[in-house]
Amino acid sequence: MKLLFDLFLTFSKIGLFTFGGGYAMIPLIERDCVDKKKWITHEEMMNITVIAESTPGPVAINCATYVGLKKKGFWGAAVATLGVILPSFLIILLISFFLDRFLEIKWVASAFRGIKIAVGILIVDAAARMIGKMKKKPLQIIILSASFAAMMSINVFAIRISTVVLMLAAAASGLAVYYIKRRKDKGVSE
Amino acid sequence: MILLELLIGFLKIGFFSFGGAYGAIPLIREVVLSYSWIEEEKLSYMIAVSESTPGPIMVNMATYIGSTKGGVVGALIATAAVVLPAFLIVIILTNLLKNLVKNGAVQSMLGTLKACVAGIILATGVYMILMNCMGSVTSASVDIAAIVMTAALGAVYFGSRKVAKNGISPIVLICLAGVTGVFVYGW
Repeated sequence: MKLLFDLFLTFSKIGLFTFGGGYAMIPLIERDCVDKKKWITHEEMMNITVIAESTPGPVAINCATYVGLKKKGFWGAAVATLGVILPSFLIILLISFFLDRFLEIKWVASAFRGIKIAVGILIVDAAARMIGKMKKKPLQIIILSASFAAMMSINVFAIRISTVVLMLAAAASGLAVYYIKRRKDKGVSE
Repeated sequence: MILLELLIGFLKIGFFSFGGAYGAIPLIREVVLSYSWIEEEKLSYMIAVSESTPGPIMVNMATYIGSTKGGVVGALIATAAVVLPAFLIVIILTNLLKNLVKNGAVQSMLGTLKACVAGIILATGVYMILMNCMGSVTSASVDIAAIVMTAALGAVYFGSRKVAKNGISPIVLICLAGVTGVFVYGW
């Protein structure tokens, strides 16, 4: 019971003090859960990061769920996850009640017109970082360019194709290439 | 009905968002616009608010959209829906399929999936910048102020990395852009 409470408290602290989303949380989780509380080892933390990057959903949720699960099973996972989202949930709920009225003020509206420009830059930056970290094999580059072209046309011509379809197609081609390669390798060795 | 839409919409977002918060933005945009929950303009604002408040960006957007469309109950449903897939997947992976992520076929699939997500995010960012500078892609009107601001803020943001190791943070960029906006568009 005490550990559950501790998990909740630690993760709500992490949730409250990280700005800028999941990746900003990783160093904090490392400091609190690995160095201070010794809930998980450094190596486990590396594993979590890999799992978080390879699974869908917010990285922070993946981390909280994993640490909670390790320490206290399902309920530990539930409590840690709840802790990490509760502070921002309350803050955003409060903001949502008055943002519309706030935007009617002239200078606030002007500020947000400027902020819109920053958001475009941030998104391009996020993409650039991902491309930087990516393995640059021909297959990856082809898929990157093809999905860029497809997404641009979807936006510009307002085509009703979901990005989910693009992602499934990319995943399928990754699988196909893997099995074709393996077959070829087997053929060579025989 | 709106509650059911929020549940389905955000489950979809939670399940198909790879690559952190920015990886989810193209899908959030698609879902939000297809249900016409909030306008494109407001969505941009909300990304900035989510980036500048604590917590995961994706969760913040779910809470906001849920709250504006369905009150407190809507916020609860949308937030739970966006979190649930990640929560369950981690539990399943750590319990049953410990080595699945290291499997060659899965690695190959994730490699192409990440390339695709990077392309989708890049296209979304480029498209948003184009929309900012031209109002819309089909109309030929050009917003000179927006073009100058994009160039200047981009130069400051990326240029600051050449000077300092990490450069300025996204929150600083958002504040700078807000102040610039007030001066350019009036108060």
